[in-house]
Amino acid sequence: MKETVIKTDKLTKRFGDFVATNEISLEVYKGEIFGFLGANGAGKTTAMRMLCGLSIPSSGQATIAGFDVYKQTEHIKKHIGYMSQKFSLYEDLTVLENIRFFGGIYGLSNADIKTKSEALLNELGLQDEAKTLVGSLPLGWKQKLSFSVAILHDPKIVFLDEPTGGVDPVTRRQFWDLIYNAADRGITIFVTTHYMDEAEYCNRISIMVDGRIQALDSPANLKKQFNASSMDEVFFELARGAKRGE
Amino acid sequence: MKQFFIFVKKEFAHVLRDKKTLLILFGLPVAQILIFGFALTNEVKKSKIVIVDQAKDPASQAIITKVGVSQYFQIENTVANKRQIEDQFKQGKIKMAVVFPPYFNRDLLHQNKATIQVITDATDPNTANTLTNYFSAIVADYQAELNQTKAMPYRITTEMRMLYNPGLKGAPNFVPGVMALVLMLVCVMMTAISIVKEKETGTMEILLVSPFRPIMVILAKALPYLMLSLVNLCIILLVSVFVLQLPVNGSLLLLFAESTLFIITCLSLGLLISVKTESQQVAMLISLMGMLLPTVMFSGFMFPIENMPMGLQVLSNVIPAKWYYIIVKSIMIKGVGFSAIWKETFILVGITVVLLIISIKNFKIRLA
Amino acid sequence: MEAVVLNNVSKTYGKERKVAVDSVSLTVNKGELFGLIGPDGAGKTSIFRMLTTLLLPDGGTATVDGFDIVKDYKQIRNNVGYMPGKFSLYQDLTIEENINFFATVFGTSVEENYDLIKDIYVQIEPFKNRRAGKLSGGMKQKLALCCALIHKPTVLFLDEPTTGVDPVSRKEFWEMLKRLKQQDITIVVSTPYMDEATLCDRIALIQNGRILQIDTPDKIVQSYPDKLYQIKADRMYDLLKELNVYPKTLSCFTFGEYLHLSLTDESEQAEKELIQHLQNKGFHNIEMGAVTPGIEDCFIQLLKK
Repeated sequence: MKETVIKTDKLTKRFGDFVATNEISLEVYKGEIFGFLGANGAGKTTAMRMLCGLSIPSSGQATIAGFDVYKQTEHIKKHIGYMSQKFSLYEDLTVLENIRFFGGIYGLSNADIKTKSEALLNELGLQDEAKTLVGSLPLGWKQKLSFSVAILHDPKIVFLDEPTGGVDPVTRRQFWDLIYNAADRGITIFVTTHYMDEAEYCNRISIMVDGRIQALDSPANLKKQFNASSMDEVFFELARGAKRGE
Repeated sequence: MKQFFIFVKKEFAHVLRDKKTLLILFGLPVAQILIFGFALTNEVKKSKIVIVDQAKDPASQAIITKVGVSQYFQIENTVANKRQIEDQFKQGKIKMAVVFPPYFNRDLLHQNKATIQVITDATDPNTANTLTNYFSAIVADYQAELNQTKAMPYRITTEMRMLYNPGLKGAPNFVPGVMALVLMLVCVMMTAISIVKEKETGTMEILLVSPFRPIMVILAKALPYLMLSLVNLCIILLVSVFVLQLPVNGSLLLLFAESTLFIITCLSLGLLISVKTESQQVAMLISLMGMLLPTVMFSGFMFPIENMPMGLQVLSNVIPAKWYYIIVKSIMIKGVGFSAIWKETFILVGITVVLLIISIKNFKIRLA
Repeated sequence: MEAVVLNNVSKTYGKERKVAVDSVSLTVNKGELFGLIGPDGAGKTSIFRMLTTLLLPDGGTATVDGFDIVKDYKQIRNNVGYMPGKFSLYQDLTIEENINFFATVFGTSVEENYDLIKDIYVQIEPFKNRRAGKLSGGMKQKLALCCALIHKPTVLFLDEPTTGVDPVSRKEFWEMLKRLKQQDITIVVSTPYMDEATLCDRIALIQNGRILQIDTPDKIVQSYPDKLYQIKADRMYDLLKELNVYPKTLSCFTFGEYLHLSLTDESEQAEKELIQHLQNKGFHNIEMGAVTPGIEDCFIQLLKK
């Protein structure tokens, strides 16, 4: 029996007359890598904000890590991690200071922070850079570090918003290694990306068009369903019909 | 020339379409004038006091009556003993207490000498000072009445005339100050931010990689703010003339000419900030902290410069607002002509030229 | 004839002399669609800014249209079109106002060069009274391109025009570029997306301020030194881990639904051996075959050098 960590039922968000996300229903299971795709303006960001407890839905139901998105947003925030392309750590703090700070924010004990930061630095091979300012690290390292920091408190789910934009292909793959690793540890990954090859790395993906989820399945099944040879084609087939922009 | 014109037009569009900017630009000056005019004033009116009258004789009663009708004081209640006074001070209920000793009138008539104890709350020294002065004046007044009947040899009376502002109103002091403040705020901050904004959004890169000369970008940016500042000036003057009843005694033309000069000073300052900063926040912070604060502190309209330590007095000389403040005060209140303010004007011109030279030298035709 | 020539151009920043561009030499021919392909921080933007005369190089020389980027910066500014990476137009002006503004600043008018932008402009014209801030990403991009084109530049520099844009809009954008090329405008474009490389006439792969390789996309792909396989099985992540420790693996990385694999031994025998090995390790549905490398494979291979 698969454990469901994200469950939404007809989740909707309206801004005035504009329906940003329109009755989206999905289930994401523990340890799954779930790709959340869509063209610019399809409503991904709005949906993600609701799932993170940052924005109250207009209607519909959703539970994240067992907590209700209307009433228990504070609990949700404790059990999720979040990382976006723009969110890099504090550039003027060192690697170690950043880890300690975010560990502290999530209420980890000092002993916990110590063991976890050592493990984290080892995993990333950043032992020698522990006292380096984050600002002077290469972009790829920053992204890997901020992912590791986002899962420092062992969240049930981690939300990644275009985590690999602009990163070189080798670092991009190293980043996905980290993702797989986290998924192996039972952390659910909810990720958006514009790289269609990355969509293939996900266990299941959903594609949003104009606020609705138009397709939701494993990459292999989606390709079969749309009679396409790559995810790129599937995406095109669906997004081409999009009416609205950002 | 067509390029220049469309640039100016664009600049106006930025300002007119942004409600927040509009509010800062036109709401703020009016708000400041009104706040200074009606709420923040160092005039003392109806201060609450208590009186302990242990004498209860004709002399003490006469003085109390005089105090009671004065617009400066409002007698709260009479308390029976001195100990209660301190409680009242501690609770912040009163600003001043007056104690008449027993046998006040008798001492006055028979020993030719009597004392009144005046206790004030000196946590606010200015008010305390003002109140004791007002009170002394009332006592002196009473004394003069008393002495009228007797022939007093060698009497000196001081006859005071408060020139230019006989009513000792706050407005003649702060309106020029607010003018300096508002023009500073609008010109320095707005120009700095609007130029830095173009850097932030990347449009500056495009403008640099175009045939439009960088110096023209600056001029085209400055012109709209110059015009808007003049509009602002009109608003401030209208409010001060019609709402605060403060007339312009000198030449209006001269006032506008001097203001234009000060606006140009501010524009060059804004320009200097914009060439030295990369983000709107930093530009805003520098304009606010670095420009507004010195303007408030060293222009002389809040704190008298003569009372400052020598070092600060010297420092105040480089604050453009100080000179503008003197100029405006002279023209508006004293009604003097150019011959009386040529020195200040000259200094302001000097500061402007220096600022312009520095900022144009620092203006980059490239990004770094 | 060359439109852009760089000769050992270098650029460093700050007191620590952090190297952003490290002796880059390349030439772009007239009428070419040239791509600078590399991740963020590779030095693409620095190169663009030097060529558009916004930054001075620390070493080397470069010309655009035959004009020196240092001495003749005014001529270059008159002639080139530039779309910076973070370019966001004037958000509070409408489409029409933005275009008119840039046309006038460049000393021309929309009517004068309308034929050049017509194809792109008609797509956004229905919204010409809408403010730029209210446009979708794709429309903003089209407007920005119109603004950069309005004075009929000889060379058009586009710094990461497709970053953060979804695949559909990206494809549309590249189609617009292809049409522009037919109008004899030299286009230099940078992108972090490797899949866009094949749409250029010639590309330079760039990383850490250095050029890794310059050639046509086809030739770069042909120069891939090893035989490349694609392989998949039912547990992909375990397969990757297994192949990374397999003694005959030269390189192995994920690539869409497959793994891309090179072996130290390129014989058919080695192939069979590997499949056998994987079956013994308990992998099912193994699918393995040769595959033509793409630009991304080449880039990864060059980075590993």
